[in-house]
Amino acid sequence: MTDVIRTGFRPSRIAIYGVLLLACLVYLIPLIVMLITSFKTPMDIRTGNLLALPTDWTVVGWTKAWSEACTGVQCNGVSGYFWNSFKMTVPAVLISTLLGAFNGYVLSKWKFKGSDLMFGMLLFGCFVPFQVVLLPMAATLGKLGLANTTAGLVLVHVIYGVAFTTLFFRNYYVAIPDALVKAARLDGAGFFTIFFRILLPMSTPIFMVSLIWQFTQIWNDFLFGVVFASGDSQPITVALNNLVNTSTGVKEYNVDMAAAMIAALPTLVVYIVAGKYFIRGLTAGSVKG
Amino acid sequence: MEHTQSRPAGVAKAPSGLMDGLQRWLPKLVVAPTFILIGIGIYGYMLWTGVLSFTNSSFLPSYDFVGLAQYAKLMESERWLVASRNLAIFGGLFIGICLLIGVVLAIFLDQRIRQEGAIRTIYLYPMALSMIVTGTVWRWILNPRLGLEKLMHDWGWSSFSFDWLVNSDFAIYTIVMAAVWQASGFVMALFLAGLRGVDSSIIRAARVDGASLPVIYWKIILPSLRPVFFSSVMVLAHIAIKSFDLVMAMTAGGPGYSTDLPAVFMYAHTFTRGQMGLGSASAMLMLGAILALLVPYLYSELREKRHD
Repeated sequence: MTDVIRTGFRPSRIAIYGVLLLACLVYLIPLIVMLITSFKTPMDIRTGNLLALPTDWTVVGWTKAWSEACTGVQCNGVSGYFWNSFKMTVPAVLISTLLGAFNGYVLSKWKFKGSDLMFGMLLFGCFVPFQVVLLPMAATLGKLGLANTTAGLVLVHVIYGVAFTTLFFRNYYVAIPDALVKAARLDGAGFFTIFFRILLPMSTPIFMVSLIWQFTQIWNDFLFGVVFASGDSQPITVALNNLVNTSTGVKEYNVDMAAAMIAALPTLVVYIVAGKYFIRGLTAGSVKG
Repeated sequence: MEHTQSRPAGVAKAPSGLMDGLQRWLPKLVVAPTFILIGIGIYGYMLWTGVLSFTNSSFLPSYDFVGLAQYAKLMESERWLVASRNLAIFGGLFIGICLLIGVVLAIFLDQRIRQEGAIRTIYLYPMALSMIVTGTVWRWILNPRLGLEKLMHDWGWSSFSFDWLVNSDFAIYTIVMAAVWQASGFVMALFLAGLRGVDSSIIRAARVDGASLPVIYWKIILPSLRPVFFSSVMVLAHIAIKSFDLVMAMTAGGPGYSTDLPAVFMYAHTFTRGQMGLGSASAMLMLGAILALLVPYLYSELREKRHD
């Protein structure tokens, strides 16, 4: 529809660009503040202001956040928690995406009695507030000996992520003509052959959407991390929150901001590299068709 | 498909009875693990939490049933009342402001803007951040001594004062600010996608009839985007009801419990204050709130589909 709008009127054009650029500034300022502050000295922070550039740039905040800052009683920085997050995120993303791909394949191309019911249950599962499952899950993880472990967190993220991934794949595969699958079946191709030979080669976009969506969701999760992990198994989000809320000693905002940047970088990088797929994942759940 | 014909007809019917049976069961076997995980992990646990909400569980789950006592206690609890009121304030403002900003930015961005892609990327990047990161940054920006206040003083506005973050009457609004900053770009993206789907011939016809651009947007285009409105409200309300991380990072519910939201209340009572029964009851009410939104939404969605 853009082609029909011809606002030849100059002042209104300028006003539109003005508003859009102002909005850009508002969205960018917190990131700028975070970056500037992380390179300042504590002295600089007290004498300067939010948007003043550092008088001398220093990476002290970053090194301290990485290896020395106190997150609660321990003072080893956030590095260990950063790797915890990776150890939790990578398997959880891969497992939930693979499960989702097969589920989506079955629920779209191999429907059986009750498959629609299962799909409905999954759809509803995307909306359930996690607060209603926290307590029983904590009890179960304790019984399984998985409380406070990365493996436990992986399990939790797989269970509560698979509803989304199944939805992604199911909606993607529904659009692929059934005739393709039927023809292959007449040729004698079995369940897995059809999946690996026919559907998988055309699934790259939806795999990207699912992987990126799951990566940001799981990396950014705080609720499961704070409830099901403690001490050494905590993910970076929980460690960051502990660091910021640790009240011993003088508050070092440069360290806080550097730690926040460290926690934000992986998802920011993913967004910059593959933003297209991230946006598609975001909108997939809310805009039908 | 032509290539099916190219094969001898006998080949397709080759598999033995055993293989046939396996093929028939394979799809069900593949989805079975998920079915079990979801069945227990979502539906079973939901039921379990429901059961716990009727007991007087404290630090450990117990099965000493007390009927609706926990719900009654919840209704009388001052802290729950504050949390619910905060949710109404936070949810209302968060949804309203996000919609307003999202719609305006989407319409402006739809005017053949140069560098549209770059601008869109900037509007949407906060969505990729953890709410803990967002909370940490905004907490620093709104720091009563060194943050915004100092900036304004340095820029010459010496009487400027901004202490909302530590003022129990206003702290909830700082949460709204950070949440709007994070999610409004997402609403923009939804509406922009909607605008791109509007049939341009309708607009051309209206222009020929002499309607001005604002009138066309207000009378024709926005009403046609009703479905986008509904799904945006659904998603935003869902974010609001589940909001937990942002509050924990910015105020941890304080000062006092003035910025408590139901999710924070549930966490505090279940996991730190040893009142599992009460915490479970609050979780069930949160579920109820989501259901009250979800059921009419899904119902209308399904009905629309049937009409097609």
